[in-house]
Amino acid sequence: MLTRREALLGSVLTVAAVAAVSSMPAMAAVNDVTGLPREKVTLVAPPFVHAHDQVAKGGPKIVEFTMKIEEKPLVIDADGTQLNAMTYNGSIPGPLMVVHEGDYLELTLINPDTNTLAHNIDFHAATGGLGGGALTLINPGEQVTLRFKATRSGTFVYHCAPGGAMIPWHVVSGMSGAVMVLPRDGLKDEKGKPVRYDRIYYIGESDFYIPRDEQGKFKKYDSAGDNYDDTVKVMRGLVPTHVVFNGKAGSLTGENAMKAKVGETVLIVHSQANRDTRPHLIGGHGDFVWEAGKFANPPAKDMETWFIRGGSAGAALYTFRQPGVYAYVNHNLIEAVELGATAHFTVDGSWDEDLMTQIEAPKAIAS
Amino acid sequence: MSFDPVFTFGTVIAAALIGLGVSNAMDRSPPRLRMSVAMAELVALTPGSFEHSQPGEFLQKNHPVPAPKAQETIVTPLQIMKYQVTASDYDRCVSDGACKPAESTIVGNVPATGVSFLDAQDYANWLSAKTGETWRLPTDAEWAYAAGERFRADIEGGAGDPSDPARRWLTQYRNEAVLGRKPDPEPRSIGAFGANSKGVADIAGNVWEWTATCYVHATMSSDGSLIAGSIANCGVHVVEGFHRTYMSNFIRDGKSGGCAVGTPPDNLGFRLVHERGGFLQAALRRLGLT
Repeated sequence: MLTRREALLGSVLTVAAVAAVSSMPAMAAVNDVTGLPREKVTLVAPPFVHAHDQVAKGGPKIVEFTMKIEEKPLVIDADGTQLNAMTYNGSIPGPLMVVHEGDYLELTLINPDTNTLAHNIDFHAATGGLGGGALTLINPGEQVTLRFKATRSGTFVYHCAPGGAMIPWHVVSGMSGAVMVLPRDGLKDEKGKPVRYDRIYYIGESDFYIPRDEQGKFKKYDSAGDNYDDTVKVMRGLVPTHVVFNGKAGSLTGENAMKAKVGETVLIVHSQANRDTRPHLIGGHGDFVWEAGKFANPPAKDMETWFIRGGSAGAALYTFRQPGVYAYVNHNLIEAVELGATAHFTVDGSWDEDLMTQIEAPKAIAS
Repeated sequence: MSFDPVFTFGTVIAAALIGLGVSNAMDRSPPRLRMSVAMAELVALTPGSFEHSQPGEFLQKNHPVPAPKAQETIVTPLQIMKYQVTASDYDRCVSDGACKPAESTIVGNVPATGVSFLDAQDYANWLSAKTGETWRLPTDAEWAYAAGERFRADIEGGAGDPSDPARRWLTQYRNEAVLGRKPDPEPRSIGAFGANSKGVADIAGNVWEWTATCYVHATMSSDGSLIAGSIANCGVHVVEGFHRTYMSNFIRDGKSGGCAVGTPPDNLGFRLVHERGGFLQAALRRLGLT
């Protein structure tokens, strides 16, 4: 399907209109960022996050990232159901990019010619140009580089938005991720006191809409384009067939369960680019939760369940106080258990009897 | 399968397509021919040259510029369907198992709508096989030539201002808004939008038409005189109608498949070009006249 051509389209070409000469002075003259230090970051696949400073060292800088878009089939549940996935950097969600407020995020986005579709990126953290979507639409075989200034702190979704019906379809095919813009002096509690984390995990929740055949079995398609008609019909029903963390039911369980130790403080960034969700840590809490993800607002404290609006990312900070296995779920329990939105933490350490004790083991009811 | 050509002379050639089927009556009467009317009227356009605003997106010195105009030449007479392929025509291909049912359920003498580029290609292949002729989608330039005075090209935003990309977006948005076109989703009978000066009907009505031309990102030479290079995305094709737009090959409903902002196509359909050369000869051959 894809052809690449280097061609002269005609021997006689005239440009229709001469570029209108701007009579206005360059209002927002391009800030001279040439003197700013640059940092090149290699992204890592979620739930992990690339190394970063919680408190910025020095002044603003340009942080360079590169992401390659990969269209590829991915298995999204234990039954082998296949999604013709579209991914940023090969993973669902795409990697979390961390910068500080006032930094410039510079992304080179590559759409290899092995792909079949045009893609772009809309950063909720960016200002103008449809979040960058208007300046980043690339065909297979193209790459583009966009720089935007991180003007406000918080966790923000990014997603593909290549126009019209392509937008939701690309998003529910896997094309979303998140940016975390930290305050230069780091996170603070509701009183403005610094808080720090020992570990950070990034969870991207996805709703998938896989068409079924006449027998009710999930259908498999050769390519993304083949599933479009059927998938849109399922999407319009607004009932997902899968609600999963990190691209697959069970992707953060068992061997891949997230790890922590008693006494460690963990920051959990949770994004959902399309649909509302309500994370809950079974047996734990959110000590400090930025539900809407924006760090200029004081965090809510002692949360049991928090709400992540579709199209946003939130952050929850928790210090584990008890060892064991914790389930981290979307507390619509049908979605958690039946549709896949469950992750696990395994936490090592010493049990605190003060916090919980089984006074008496189960036994026959005393008469 | 019989073939029954009807020729009218002048610029209009009418060709009866696959229309004859043998119906086996339940009684013992001999099989009789049932003719389903399937006339694809063709308009033959004389060769000529015209200045054509090129499809695609164009960059010069890393900034968007208006589409360049190139002199296009139609070398041989262009035989193009006077009307868009109708729902009845398309249904025959579906009945033969060669085309996927269209998204639209409207039947009869209305343009086939709810069809993707892939569907249009399937139809062209089926029709070619059925007739032993070559039928294909027009190129963007051929469509423009046939569209004549009704050709509009892209709704332009003018030259990009390197220091302010938003000016071009706003200009384009306002240029489109000022056209004031309202959604008009209900397909009409063929011919309802009238013929243009070349006798081609329903150009720029409420059915946008697939073309064989791929979407390109092109880079102009620094003086803007020629296209220095381009990358085609043939997963997206040029769609022509009231305005020119670009759609992924598998899109069947232009309303939702279109641009993030702006006027989406009301419907997606197509008309075909008849490859000149084999047609008359083949028809005559079938009639035993050569």
